[in-house]
Amino acid sequence: MNNVPQKKAVALISGGLDSLLAVRVVQEQGIYVEGINFYTGFCVEGHTHAIRKRDQSKPKRNNALWSAEQLGIKLHIIDIIDEYKDVVFNPKYGYGANLNPCLDCKVFMVKKAREWMEDNGFDFIITGEVVGQRPKSQRKETMPIIQQDSGIDDRLLRPLCAKNLPETLPEREGWVVREELLDFSGRNRKPQIALAKHYGFEDFAQPAGGCCFLTDESYSVKLSDLWKSRGEKSYELDDIMLLKVGRHIRPEKNYKIIIAREEGEAKYLQGYKKQYDSLKTLSHSGPLALIDGTPNQEQLNLAERKCR
Amino acid sequence: MELDCRRLLCPMPVIRVQDKVNELKPGDELVAICTDPGVQNDIPAWCRINGHEILSIETSEDEYRILIKVGNNV
Repeated sequence: MNNVPQKKAVALISGGLDSLLAVRVVQEQGIYVEGINFYTGFCVEGHTHAIRKRDQSKPKRNNALWSAEQLGIKLHIIDIIDEYKDVVFNPKYGYGANLNPCLDCKVFMVKKAREWMEDNGFDFIITGEVVGQRPKSQRKETMPIIQQDSGIDDRLLRPLCAKNLPETLPEREGWVVREELLDFSGRNRKPQIALAKHYGFEDFAQPAGGCCFLTDESYSVKLSDLWKSRGEKSYELDDIMLLKVGRHIRPEKNYKIIIAREEGEAKYLQGYKKQYDSLKTLSHSGPLALIDGTPNQEQLNLAERKCR
Repeated sequence: MELDCRRLLCPMPVIRVQDKVNELKPGDELVAICTDPGVQNDIPAWCRINGHEILSIETSEDEYRILIKVGNNV
């Protein structure tokens, strides 16, 4: 009789296809898996489709929860909004094309997952990373940095590309069989699609621009503008949520106007009327606008004209 | 017990529910009051995954009252 306890892995679940497949690959080898999903405030999931009326026809589901349900695993969603600020403000490895600190972000998330793993008696971490898939965080040269800086060392298994990487502890110890792991590489998605089909996964999420607003150029421009106007890098959750909504016009450094572009956004901005001054035309229908900052009367008059 | 999740957008209501449920005992009941329509899917999905039961979802004036019974797995 085999008395060896079942090994336990914690998986970083983004809600995308790769993490879904990575979990299923190790489940096939008898590993018990639970998932972690980190909420930074910049995640594209969830709130965006709840705001825009034009997106209301899309299914309102959280893809990380959906993935966990497909896999039959528990999912722990962890709020890291405050802790994550330092990653955004001071990325050791710099930003990507926009304000996306992808490598620092991955290091941070694996480090948090390591802490969770140790607190909860799990044996190793798995991610859906694929070598060569992302220009910054998923390169052969940068992947060891994640292991080193997060402190996870060789307890990090990347099942989708493990055969292209040095052997990890779970492989050496025989917890998983290396030959049954995969050798995916590069940006080609065909192997993932084929594997999804093999496992019978349908309707999985494949967000075109990734799952983080910081990779979005126009969002990053608005965040830069926020920092410039304040003279420092700082934000609260409401700030970064509002950057996702409406047209942002900054006539002068001391204030900006956030104008709802459609009914869903107007409804969302309504919720901020107690925190911000707002403008709404009474004589005829017009958009709701919030005023962020401290405009003088003349500037308020200008803001009012912009909202007509 | 009531949990006010008004004006929070998903997944924050799910996180609040998750953290509150972790403080409760099996069989306890919790009402989450939310305004994000996404909770109609997300909170039941989280409950199914983690072994809790949705007893009812009531909708009124853009609010969703979701009654949850804590499962044995806490």
